[in-house]
Amino acid sequence: MKKAISLGLAAMMALSLTACGGSAEQTTSAAAGENTQTEAAGESAAAGEEAASEGAASGETIKIGVIGPLTGPAATYGIAVQNGADLAVKEINAAGGVNGIMFENSTEDDENDPEKAINAYNTLKDWGMDMLVGTTTSKPCIAVAAESANDGIFQLTPSGSAVECLVNDNVFRVCFSDPNQGSASAQYIGEHSLATKIAIIYDSSTEYSSGIRESFVKEAANQGLEIVADEAFTADSNTDFSVQLDKAKEAGAELVFMPIYYQEASVILKQASDKDFAPIFFGCDGMDGILSVENFDASLAEGLMFLTPFSPTEEASKQFTEDYTAAYGIEPIQFAADSYDAVYAIAAAIEHAGITADMEPSEMCELMKTAMTEISIDGLTGAGMTWTADGEPNKAPKAAKIVNGVYEMQ
Amino acid sequence: MSFLSYLINGISLGSIYAIIALGYTMVYGIARMLNFAHGDIIMVGGFAIFTMVSTLGLPAPLGILTAVVICTVLGVTIERVAYKPLRGASSLAVLITAIGVSYLLQNLALLIFGSNARQFTSVVTVPGLKLAGGALSISGETIVTILSCIVIMVCLTQFINRTKVGQAMLAVSEDQGAATLMGIDVNRTIAITFAIGSALAAIAGALLCSTYPSLTPYTGSMPGIKAFVAAVFGGIGSIPGALIGGVLLGVIENLSKAYISSQLSDAIVFSVLIIVLLVRPTGILGKKIMEKV
Repeated sequence: MKKAISLGLAAMMALSLTACGGSAEQTTSAAAGENTQTEAAGESAAAGEEAASEGAASGETIKIGVIGPLTGPAATYGIAVQNGADLAVKEINAAGGVNGIMFENSTEDDENDPEKAINAYNTLKDWGMDMLVGTTTSKPCIAVAAESANDGIFQLTPSGSAVECLVNDNVFRVCFSDPNQGSASAQYIGEHSLATKIAIIYDSSTEYSSGIRESFVKEAANQGLEIVADEAFTADSNTDFSVQLDKAKEAGAELVFMPIYYQEASVILKQASDKDFAPIFFGCDGMDGILSVENFDASLAEGLMFLTPFSPTEEASKQFTEDYTAAYGIEPIQFAADSYDAVYAIAAAIEHAGITADMEPSEMCELMKTAMTEISIDGLTGAGMTWTADGEPNKAPKAAKIVNGVYEMQ
Repeated sequence: MSFLSYLINGISLGSIYAIIALGYTMVYGIARMLNFAHGDIIMVGGFAIFTMVSTLGLPAPLGILTAVVICTVLGVTIERVAYKPLRGASSLAVLITAIGVSYLLQNLALLIFGSNARQFTSVVTVPGLKLAGGALSISGETIVTILSCIVIMVCLTQFINRTKVGQAMLAVSEDQGAATLMGIDVNRTIAITFAIGSALAAIAGALLCSTYPSLTPYTGSMPGIKAFVAAVFGGIGSIPGALIGGVLLGVIENLSKAYISSQLSDAIVFSVLIIVLLVRPTGILGKKIMEKV
């Protein structure tokens, strides 16, 4: 009896350990992963192959690898990144390529898991990748960035926002870094006098969330914001927020800052409404996608504000939204715009540096590093975007508010 | 007042753990095996209800009933296909098989339903209570969960003590060999145990997803693990132990979140388990078994 219990406990510990790493959620078998991937991207894959064969015919092709979670809880982001890159590649190829060079793209699934991201990266390397658009999420990005630095492959992450993503000089990004998002949020709240009593609910098990929180707390002091509750949850306890909400409510919070992903946010909004707790909810770019949660009551998200560089209804992105919706049957989110911009930034840099398809990836990487700091593009996620040598983008932050079920830029 | 609110939410969470823990504890008590796939049967129940109620638009009670039937059939099938052939094998082999079944169910659900989270529409229609001028609000889900837990406990205890099948279960749990000699069909008794455990899992799934309305293929795994802890905590094999273990676990988890640290609540819960097991190795209500050497 004792033996059996200790055996059971050992097994349970093992199970809970994997759960702690957040990887229990990502134990999708390869078969399951590929299936969903094919379904989600059936059309785009076919189109990609077409473009690929065209490129191969002319003999001048630069291969762009894309990595993101196509399955798993963060799949919405990865699929958007895949589609955005795909659309940009198709457009560039249709316009005759860059200096006559065609692009070819291939996407691999990382299930938002650093180990699987490395596998995806190696698969793409075997495929002959010249440059990488990815990865989509921060943790895998940090892992892959170490590899790409070793191999000298140029990497432009559309949405890997953790500071550590850019420790190597071959990695650039399109989105804001976490600290930038945190301090920008605090500034936004302060400047627009949205509230003074702030509660924070964040995920202490992700770099993304804790990174934003840290810089938010720092900047909040400068903005005269008072943090009345600072509550955490982890990947293992992301369904019950009643205690965190009770504490925020009791502390009299006027605004709840949630630097987290939309899946948990949708549960928080539901539980808050059950408690008749109706402060302003404010999030960052991870909030994008909340309206796509199946069976989610969109009225719960009414009034939700979040920092986002992209809105599908904005004047500048109308054409993109139309094309994207026609091609993939779903409205684009910010991640799609990020990766669309990423491919165009690469195209601009290739043109600027005069890169040719016969160069080695490491040779391209050296030229790209300089070229990226010299170009300026008008993207969907910001006009006149430029990059620093550290890989950080320069663009103005924008906030959106959900009004009548659609994003309204503020 | 906030303390009361944390306490009630804790009891509600604990009641769900207790209902799940019943499945672990009954199967362990009778078949001497740890059915790690139990948590995933909860998830299957959740998806069954979601499909019936939100996708097909059937009324909620019908949805729950269907989920109970599906889970019962699933539980008995798993027992028949995966565990029965291993009846004589070492407990380690059965344990690994159970973990395998758990992953099988998760991945099947991934394949069928995909990985995106769904917002679960609550099946509870009971209105919430507002006490003390709105300072203390108790949701309908909380009330229904706590009541269901009590009803299930009472019914199950009566069932085991008053019916022939229940007595057969007790007999099998004490000594399988002797029970066979007395004319009890051990295999049938074990199958019934799995059926009851899985039916309870479906109900737990309904309550879990109604209270915490996010449904993914991994929904059952963490509550499953915590409920297993609750079962060990209360004394595995003991039905009142599952209730006490579950409720204590839920209350400790919520109070430590509220008063100590929301980051450390899981660590605290598991530390308490270790301490309890150091003091009482068989859990709070566990039977002390003299081992013959």
